[in-house]
Amino acid sequence: MEQVAGRPRVLLDVPMHYCPGCTHGIVHRLVAEVIDELDLRERTVGVASVGCSVFAYAYFDLDFQQAAHGRAPAVATGIKRVRPDLVVFTYQGDGDLAAIGTAEIVHAAARGERLTVIFVNNALYGMTGGQMAPTSPAGMRTTTTPEGRQARAHGYPLRMTEMLAGLDGVAYAARVAVTSVAGVVRAKKAIRAAFQAQLDDRGLGIVEVLSTCPVGWGLDPVDALRWCETQLIPVFPLGVFKDTASVDHAPARARRHPAPAPAGVRTRAP
Amino acid sequence: MPPAGARVLMKGNEAIAEAAIRAGCRAYFGYPITPQTELAEYMARHLPRAGGVFLQAESEVAAINMVYGAAGAGVRVMTSTSSPGFSLMLEGLSYLVGARLPCVVVNVMRGGPGLGNIAPAQSDYAVMTRAMGHGDSHGIVLAPATVQEAVDLVRLAFELAERYRLPVLLAADGLLGQMMEPVVLPDPVPPPPPPPWATTGGGRRRISSIYLQPEDLEAHVRDLVAVYEAIARTEAPAEAYRLDDAEVGVVAYGTAARIARAAVDRARDDGLRVGLLRPITLWPFPTAAFARPVARWLVVELSAGQMLDDVRLAVAGRAPVAWYGRAGGVVPTPVEVLAAIRRVLRAEGEVVA
Ligand code: SF4
Repeated sequence: MEQVAGRPRVLLDVPMHYCPGCTHGIVHRLVAEVIDELDLRERTVGVASVGCSVFAYAYFDLDFQQAAHGRAPAVATGIKRVRPDLVVFTYQGDGDLAAIGTAEIVHAAARGERLTVIFVNNALYGMTGGQMAPTSPAGMRTTTTPEGRQARAHGYPLRMTEMLAGLDGVAYAARVAVTSVAGVVRAKKAIRAAFQAQLDDRGLGIVEVLSTCPVGWGLDPVDALRWCETQLIPVFPLGVFKDTASVDHAPARARRHPAPAPAGVRTRAP
Repeated sequence: MPPAGARVLMKGNEAIAEAAIRAGCRAYFGYPITPQTELAEYMARHLPRAGGVFLQAESEVAAINMVYGAAGAGVRVMTSTSSPGFSLMLEGLSYLVGARLPCVVVNVMRGGPGLGNIAPAQSDYAVMTRAMGHGDSHGIVLAPATVQEAVDLVRLAFELAERYRLPVLLAADGLLGQMMEPVVLPDPVPPPPPPPWATTGGGRRRISSIYLQPEDLEAHVRDLVAVYEAIARTEAPAEAYRLDDAEVGVVAYGTAARIARAAVDRARDDGLRVGLLRPITLWPFPTAAFARPVARWLVVELSAGQMLDDVRLAVAGRAPVAWYGRAGGVVPTPVEVLAAIRRVLRAEGEVVA
């Protein structure tokens, strides 16, 4: 029987520590729903990282390992390499994945580790109280950029997902935002595709979720959703940057055995 | 692969790797650094054939965290490195201690500080024995003096790591790693099944070092300290050599102990009452082995004086403690050590406590 509402099976019925209006809870739920729907509970291991999601392991009815700051992709690599039958995912924030852990994520991706990476980007360090992150947009005021982030002094926002999509080992890379119902639906589709890339043994799947941090941003939850849409999405465009599932090998076959062109289709550039 | 029971000539690094595979190690994550690279290369050739995983990580930081993941998934796992790489592994080691995960780490020490050089040294004694990185963290440190002993201690290292759920270090040095000696390899043992706490899927197991409430963390640290004390009571062996009637007891481990042993033999040939006390475990330190009527102790090490502190604590003022060592990768000859022994016998120089 398909469950159409209610709590996903692998999401534990415990109060979450996230601030009111924080979208971490939505992302947790989407991950849990996808694990339920793909029936992966018995063979999934999660890797929690450092940041606000440090306690992610407390909310899932799954085996979990907690990793040092930035090292989740290395820990996940260790698990997946010795137990390839497991489905392994990391849940990382932007400080974790895009600052201290850039080496670990880039090399896990370059090796094409069969991992699923849930990358929650809320443009600052939430847990430590709202400092600048590599993903803070220009002009953003944080506790360590009191005058706003300036490119000359603080550099430019890092678009990790586009970077990673360029690596051969990455099978799926997408950026979504959970600021609207439609966005949540797309986010779930992307998370499912990132798990599917691992299940198909195609490579690393990453979903960057633009998330809100009402507390760190100093906004109420509704304004935070709007700020994400108006300030973050322009810097971090949404979309699927890579999906090897949609790459079939028809073009290569066609080059070897050219089929007659259907009527009306140009076979040569004008 | 050499047959079990046969006597074969092997390089220290390669013998350690082979011994690990025979001890049921089925995962190795490492990063190239001289003078331990042959160990990783041997693993790359032989571990996959034994059904294990070899992976060259992007850094020592990543390697030790891959060890964490594999250990958490319940597989016998090891890494190896040399001094600068060991510094990078300290973060991960602290997490391994905090999460109570077993693993074996081989540190083939070289000269420091900084990039230093690739010559043999024992200058990581303090960083290996005082704490495994931040926090009240310790791991057992074993110090072989021969290639055969390294082979034997590798198996013990995995057993101790799993018995106490802590990292175990093998403290080697460039000389031990590079030298070839005859060894008898043990029969291979199959890898053990994963322990019940391992994240093998389907459970709600937690591998974590987080204890947010100070009282909870204190209780966790107290549990760790109880484990440390249990280890100190039972796992601190030392070898006594010609020490029974000795007036001067030389204290040395690993490569320094080989040199000191040769010096002791020469001293005995000259009729001097000299013996050697060789710690086999550096942490916990074999303090009890110092309860003997030796008039003077002489610490010999390949560093600027690091084990010296532990010897002073173990001797506890009952006898003077002198020190002789070379740093920077300089390896003294037995003649130099013998000269230091003679000075101590004459109660000249080098007495530091
Ligand atoms: S600080 Fe921000 S990211 Fe962290 S829980 Fe609160 S709202 Fe969420």
